[in-house]
Amino acid sequence: MEIPAELEAKIDEAITHYPVFKRSATLPLLHLFQEHFGFITDEAIDWIAKKLELAPINVLELVTFYPMFRREPAGKHHIRVCRTLSCAMAGGYELLDTFCKHAKIDRSHNGHGHILKSEDGKYSIEFVECLASCGFGPVCMINDDFYEAVAQNEVPELLKKYQ
Amino acid sequence: MASPVRSPHPRENRIVFKNIDGPGWTNDIDCYLRDGGYEELKKALGMKPETIVNEVKVSGLRGRGGAGFPCGVKWGFIRPGGPKPVYLICNADESEPGTFKDRYIIHQDPHQMIEGMVISCFAVNARLAYIYIRGEFPEGAKILERALAEAREHGFLGKNILGSGFDCEIYVHRGAGAYICGEETGLIESLEGKRAYPRIKPPYFPAALGLYMCPTVVNNVETLCNVKHIVRMGGAEYAKIGRPNNTGTRLLCVSGDVQKPGYFELEVGAVTMGELIYDICGGMKPGRKLKAVIPGGSSAKVLRAGDTYKMKVKQPDGSMADGEVKLEDIPLDFDSLAAAGSMAGSGGVIVMDDSRDMVWALNNINEFYAHESCGQCTPCREGSLWMKKITDRMLKGAGVHQDTDTLKGVADNIAGRTICAFGEACAWPTQSFVLKFRDEFLATARNGSQASPQEKNGGSQ
Repeated sequence: MEIPAELEAKIDEAITHYPVFKRSATLPLLHLFQEHFGFITDEAIDWIAKKLELAPINVLELVTFYPMFRREPAGKHHIRVCRTLSCAMAGGYELLDTFCKHAKIDRSHNGHGHILKSEDGKYSIEFVECLASCGFGPVCMINDDFYEAVAQNEVPELLKKYQ
Repeated sequence: MASPVRSPHPRENRIVFKNIDGPGWTNDIDCYLRDGGYEELKKALGMKPETIVNEVKVSGLRGRGGAGFPCGVKWGFIRPGGPKPVYLICNADESEPGTFKDRYIIHQDPHQMIEGMVISCFAVNARLAYIYIRGEFPEGAKILERALAEAREHGFLGKNILGSGFDCEIYVHRGAGAYICGEETGLIESLEGKRAYPRIKPPYFPAALGLYMCPTVVNNVETLCNVKHIVRMGGAEYAKIGRPNNTGTRLLCVSGDVQKPGYFELEVGAVTMGELIYDICGGMKPGRKLKAVIPGGSSAKVLRAGDTYKMKVKQPDGSMADGEVKLEDIPLDFDSLAAAGSMAGSGGVIVMDDSRDMVWALNNINEFYAHESCGQCTPCREGSLWMKKITDRMLKGAGVHQDTDTLKGVADNIAGRTICAFGEACAWPTQSFVLKFRDEFLATARNGSQASPQEKNGGSQ
């Protein structure tokens, strides 16, 4: 695993935010790795552990606890649809179905812990819990972009923006 | 994806949200300074820290994150001149279902929050502070990073702030999708680079043992913003807003089956539930009737339309006496909602009309808590999943007639038996839904296969 100089500079800068206890930098470093590599590999866990003078289990136990970290790559564009009550009342479940239909994602598995991917690897999708925009549901995120009140007929046009 | 119209309602008193959605308002420091930004920081740095703590006590400000604990009292637990460093953490882990207020402060008015934080740091003598922002707010984190850099450039942050001799640094720390990080001791564990397992109490407050086992203040975004306004007005003046023991304004977030959902900054207790739903949010959808309201985030106990609630009621001569009020007449303040058996919580009001299947709604909530339990305490880890499995099978037509009582039994054995308040948070919805909509649960358990939740909700759960 090659760590580009630019990434390592970001890592070193992030560690300075925790002058008291550098173990605190574990989550920020995991975020930086996932942003760069797309998911968290065993090598990444070992590298972070060594950098922060921790045992690898100290890093692995965070990867398995915090839902945002992935052990496998997502699609080129990752879609998160809010599943929680206000969005569900506004059609969140239907929105996930519609995304799957248009992104050609097989939705035979549903629920948490499953990142569903299209065959060409272009899109992946998962349900997430409350994204904190309950008045304007259903809401979703595509990569880091946030969308409110997404109507089902807007889905094809929305997907076109992410090629 | 059309953006709804979000102009303030005439009944609002916008203090914290003054500039949210304002025409021409931007989130950079120049815009903030043109509006008189950081003047309160200058004022605060000329005051004694203990005077600021006292002003916050006098203001009566109660925490806006969910528990409603008096902010000044919390700060007062920090002993001035203690041997250990003090830390301050801004809890920006906004994750309580139904709550969407901090998002707008972070995105549109980050400097208000930073100014509130620096003033608060000065008051409790914290030199290092963190903003714990939920991982699902990547844009918010970037906005805050930029705002902090601007504040540093202008000398509002860093060494010797505005020549006062006070040093303070603030960093952004991103979470990664775990609701439990909103619990303050779970948040601290997470910030220490561990799993967010809430800590055993006592000590009850991180003011005793917090981040790195040092005295720590954890406050919600909205609470910290209010500090700025308390410094501007003075505690006594601030306390005139709202009601006694329920002072200031509250950011209420309304979602669900109303015509005009949204966020509203209202004086605490100034409007009733009915006024919020019918006057401010445009009432129920055509042909629909109010069935239930969850008044303070999904953890708060559900209130049923048509019930009456015993509480102190204001008499024509201004005195308070015992009385009964309808759901629509409950004033929206901390004490009245507590008297009604629920809570003001995080300010997230979820409204449900008569088209909603209560078993379906509870199942959705149960799935949330089953997913978010940190797994530390057995009653919560197992119980939250059991409750979800029961409501799930009821909806699928596989319920058995004992299910209603089993649900209550499971919930009753979680609350009070866990390290943190998540136990209550996941038990209260089940306890209250089953108590108030018992007939509906019994009917679904009995003939679940005949009732189609899809038809009732247009949902595909």
